[in-house]
Amino acid sequence: MEGPRACPTPVKPAVVRVRDYRRETHDTFTLVLDPPATGGAAFRPGQFNMLYVFGVGEAPISLSGDPGEGGGWVHTIRAVGAVTRALARLRPGDVLGLRGPYGSSWPLENARGRDVVLVSGGIGLAPLRPVLYHLRRHRAEYGKIALLYGARSPADALYLDELRAWRAAGELQVLLTVDRGDPSWTESLGLVTALFDRADFAPDRAVGLICGPEIMMRFTQREFAKRGVADERLYVSLERNMHCAVGFCGHCQLGPSFVCMDGPVFRYDRIRTFFEIREA
Amino acid sequence: MTEPRAANPLFLPKSRLDDLIGQLAAAGFEVVGPRLEQQAIVYGPIRSASDLPIGWTDLQGPGSYRLQRRGDEAYFGYVVGPHSWKKYLFPPTLTLWHARRTGDTFTIEESNDEPPRRALLGVRGCELHAIAVQDRVFLNRAGQFTDPFYAKARQRLFLIAVECETAGGTCFCTSMGTGPQIDDPLDAHSAPRRGRHAYDLALTELDDGFVVRVGSAAGQDLVARLGLAAAAPEQIAEGRRRVAAAAQAMGRWLDTTDLRQLLHRNQEHPRWDAVADRCLSCTNCTMVCPTCFCSSVADVTDLSLENAQRVRKWDSCFNPEFAKVHGGDFRPSIRARYRQWLTHKFASWYDQFDVSGCVGCGRCITWCPVGIDVTEEINAIRAADGQRRLD
Repeated sequence: MEGPRACPTPVKPAVVRVRDYRRETHDTFTLVLDPPATGGAAFRPGQFNMLYVFGVGEAPISLSGDPGEGGGWVHTIRAVGAVTRALARLRPGDVLGLRGPYGSSWPLENARGRDVVLVSGGIGLAPLRPVLYHLRRHRAEYGKIALLYGARSPADALYLDELRAWRAAGELQVLLTVDRGDPSWTESLGLVTALFDRADFAPDRAVGLICGPEIMMRFTQREFAKRGVADERLYVSLERNMHCAVGFCGHCQLGPSFVCMDGPVFRYDRIRTFFEIREA
Repeated sequence: MTEPRAANPLFLPKSRLDDLIGQLAAAGFEVVGPRLEQQAIVYGPIRSASDLPIGWTDLQGPGSYRLQRRGDEAYFGYVVGPHSWKKYLFPPTLTLWHARRTGDTFTIEESNDEPPRRALLGVRGCELHAIAVQDRVFLNRAGQFTDPFYAKARQRLFLIAVECETAGGTCFCTSMGTGPQIDDPLDAHSAPRRGRHAYDLALTELDDGFVVRVGSAAGQDLVARLGLAAAAPEQIAEGRRRVAAAAQAMGRWLDTTDLRQLLHRNQEHPRWDAVADRCLSCTNCTMVCPTCFCSSVADVTDLSLENAQRVRKWDSCFNPEFAKVHGGDFRPSIRARYRQWLTHKFASWYDQFDVSGCVGCGRCITWCPVGIDVTEEINAIRAADGQRRLD
């Protein structure tokens, strides 16, 4: 995990324009934004922005685009609350407020030379997608790469065309599963943890990156542990109620950690104690 | 103009406290301090010494606060009330910025609320430490983030500390190492875990006046304009004796040995269930606490929908919405909320800020409507260290 970097706008959002809008699934969509003029376009995979819709409010949204592209900032968002529903109504040319990027990032440096196993569930693939872009761009620097992705149904699965194209290109193993299939679904059925038996990686040199519902992350950690991947080589991205993103508002605390500043990406052994306490 | 720091304490006769207040006002400070309002001692504007609760004291216990005549004319013969100074640095409500629609876009202007230059008169030892604790939260956080309003307001403070000669019924500053004496800021490095703190002037009350110590160049400028005489050795000794007597009379005691680890390792202690049976989750303890810093923002618009603003308000980890995200609440039970508050204050705070989040002021005990006493709760956990609830 790499630490946060200075952000020039702790309180006030910059006003940015929507460059592109794309519908992903029945309840998710992707916005491509012009990066703010100040602060630069650089972000690290795993970081998030605070997106503000005029008069409605602000929500933390992870960056899900290519960190090396130098183009727009890509956010894949699930429309579930007042702010995210308002974000869903934005179209190219519209404006919104943006603060960020904030938070820690996935350990791309530490993972160099190792096998990388990415395990995600539902919208949890969005914060991991920048890692996939990075790994593909720097393919020779990493060992085996496996993506284990689970969704509720085929209609809920994100980026399916892109994932299948990457699989076809032979650059990484892509294992997909859904809880409930449909006649068109030819991939696995069941929980994401059931994909582990087919995942191709060497436990002694693997790094695991996990993002999804907490219950899924707990069971995924157990699968890794069973195969001998130590907690020191597992990373999780946590969700909490982040309001300010700079450690002031207190809402996102988990034990001693401010998830917005110290996370959202944590090395598992460093957050384990509090992650395992119910209602911590 | 800066003059050398006074080597020795000075003496300010009570009849001249108004001169000090007048000098501060003339220098452009809004002087605020303890006043009697609605049967409590709270902080507000002080125009002259007669605004102080002279001759009053406060009787405090768990869930109980009463004012009473002292029978003397002490100016500062009480401890702390429901207000803390944090309301001046971290206001209960603050507009952070305004946004305005212009054509097909909008602009955002940071709020230009300029905090006044304020002189705080009557800052107790625990409160001086509380300010130092909040400095660590809001200034240069993790080397990156500073709250702009807090920084401006803090920069403009003139701090007049007053040593406690009366111990409150719920006070435990001696346990937390924050009072009742006001440490010389030059000695603050001897207690690095307590946080750095500084005052401009520190007063010790005697019957006829105050022993005055100078803690800053600004304080030195002020006393130079008053032309005070040196305090006599017996006046200094009498002040020390009174403060030492208050230390002996402290209402509460908390064993802080290994406190951080004690609480971290007792997250499943049955005492959390017992306290949750009494706790109303009313948020009083967090509102009166001088170090609690949690807040929420509300984004609001006017009726034209052309103007929006972001307003920050104090929030509390006891509020049901506090830890909610879409799809769930991370702390649905009062047990979990109380545990979060107490373990944050007395344990995680060390991890986060290298200082205790509690300064021992006792406000949370006094203003708890059901009289929950943090010292009693922690002592109960310590007495049954390692016990686990039955699932």
